[in-house]
Amino acid sequence: MGMTLTEKILARHAGLDHVEPGQIINAKVDLVLANELSAAVAIKVMRQIRGADRVFDASKIALVADHFVPAKDAQSASIAKLMKDFAGEQEIEHFFDVGRGGIEHVVLPEEGLVAPGELIVGGDSHTCTYGAFGAFATGMGSTDIAAAFVLGEVWLKVPASIKLVYSGTPGTMVYAKDVMLRTVGELGIDGATYRAMEYHGSTVDELPITGRITMANMAIECGAKNGIFHADEKTIAYVRERTNRDFIVEKADPDAAYERTIAIDVGQLEPQVACPHTPDNVHPISEVVRDDLRVDQVFIGSCTNGYIDDLRVVAGILQGKTIAPNLRVIVNPGSQKVWMQAADEGILSTLAAAGCAVNTPGCGACFGGHMGTLGDGERAISTTNRNYVGRMGSPKAEIYLASPATCAASALSGKITDPRTVEHLEWTPTRERAGSRGTTVSLIESN
Amino acid sequence: MESKLHGHAHKYGKNVDTDVIIPGKYCNIIDPVELGKHALEGLDPQYTARMKPGDIVVADTNFGCGSSREVAPIALKGSGTAAVVAKSFARIFYRNALNIGLPIFESAAAVDGIESGDEIEIEAAAGIIRNVTKGTNFRAAEFPPFMQSLIAAGGLVPYVERRLAERSPA
Repeated sequence: MGMTLTEKILARHAGLDHVEPGQIINAKVDLVLANELSAAVAIKVMRQIRGADRVFDASKIALVADHFVPAKDAQSASIAKLMKDFAGEQEIEHFFDVGRGGIEHVVLPEEGLVAPGELIVGGDSHTCTYGAFGAFATGMGSTDIAAAFVLGEVWLKVPASIKLVYSGTPGTMVYAKDVMLRTVGELGIDGATYRAMEYHGSTVDELPITGRITMANMAIECGAKNGIFHADEKTIAYVRERTNRDFIVEKADPDAAYERTIAIDVGQLEPQVACPHTPDNVHPISEVVRDDLRVDQVFIGSCTNGYIDDLRVVAGILQGKTIAPNLRVIVNPGSQKVWMQAADEGILSTLAAAGCAVNTPGCGACFGGHMGTLGDGERAISTTNRNYVGRMGSPKAEIYLASPATCAASALSGKITDPRTVEHLEWTPTRERAGSRGTTVSLIESN
Repeated sequence: MESKLHGHAHKYGKNVDTDVIIPGKYCNIIDPVELGKHALEGLDPQYTARMKPGDIVVADTNFGCGSSREVAPIALKGSGTAAVVAKSFARIFYRNALNIGLPIFESAAAVDGIESGDEIEIEAAAGIIRNVTKGTNFRAAEFPPFMQSLIAAGGLVPYVERRLAERSPA
């Protein structure tokens, strides 16, 4: 019997010819990630392990300060310092302080730290993002991360795989986020618990890397251990631009065994919205707009949708316009590099001119940490990945999850809006324009 | 793990996620007792005021879904919660709970047979859950053999110490 993509990678990292779902393996890791929250606890645990003075390999650990930076208070500053001091003491090669990195899952691929066929564990549930590059990547808690810091290996139960086969070409203003929200809606928030989600089909083959990132990122929203794509020319080109490291591109065997196969046709898919209070409470935009939902905050950013392609879509909708009165729009480019690219293209000034607050890269608003927390009775539409009670602050707030396009359209009207009903210009970097406003690519009149 | 647990049940629904077990704003806290003051705050702000050390959280399916924050089971343990009994657990929470020594038990029948306020006794090693109030007994799902060996070894830290010792030249 052949192996799935996930099984192939796990077998190789365990030094085995073959693995099967349910099997417990010890697998070597290529990279261990932690942010200042998971690192603080992991470092504390590592200090308790007798004989563990040093990490297994200082070049295979990435530490990113992103959750409470710039430090929101003294307590946050001290855990960031704890991680920084540890990075110094252990001579960790890949340490990213505020101003040098950004959101961990945006930073690691950008820095060439993620390649096809690799095995990555991280002290953050959205570590599954790296499946976009054909890597096996999964989130763990701090004690497991401390063990990986020391041993350079982790114990894993080989997950059964679910094969998701996407067909059809998404329509205007329908993006990878909409496809993935629909997927979470279909599977449910525990629909893939202890499973690998393997993404297939012509739809995902056509997606840009950032679209695959969005989809792999939200595998955890189905409870999955990992989500994974096959690496193709696009993946290899992206990775090769960033690292000279050798890597092995694995492929699922033709006779691999899948627990389930789910076919999803996106040809007729509308923009999707996850309504409060679970990410699987997903409805098409046409249903959601019927409720005429006013919003207090629009948030654009996160490891799901904080990429340059996302900001270009938002800028294409907001350029030359002003956001609705009595609304705040917060934009967090995902990393320092995305921020600089967006600045260079004139996106940041375009969004600021429209009335958006542009923040420094970080996770704060998404998890209710700081820099965009919701108050009692407030409603937000957000490009992030979770809308559980209290996720972005008050337990009395409501969070709707949607694509950057839907969020930008909602920013114009101040209520949840179908992006297909607003003018959308393809973004042209400001400096490349010769006095023109760009080309109109879609304009559908609202009924 | 203490051999016998005894307390009153606090029952909740399905998909109790880690954002409500310990809201994000507290995730910069490391001290278990401080974290414990906010356990389940997002779901039931009165939980820590109402519960007594030794009490047991009972919940439906997919307990602990969402974020990988290990401070979620640490907060429950820090509050004095003795155990969680649920129909099922989310993957990362399951590992984290065992790693930090928060006893967890999987039993759909027990969850259906327990109401909030019921007096519960658990024989941890045997996985026997007793509803003293109603006079009923339930057996929790056995831990897979590998998890049993981890628990028997005293958790992940001793396991790592052993792996390190195996590697170093004698």
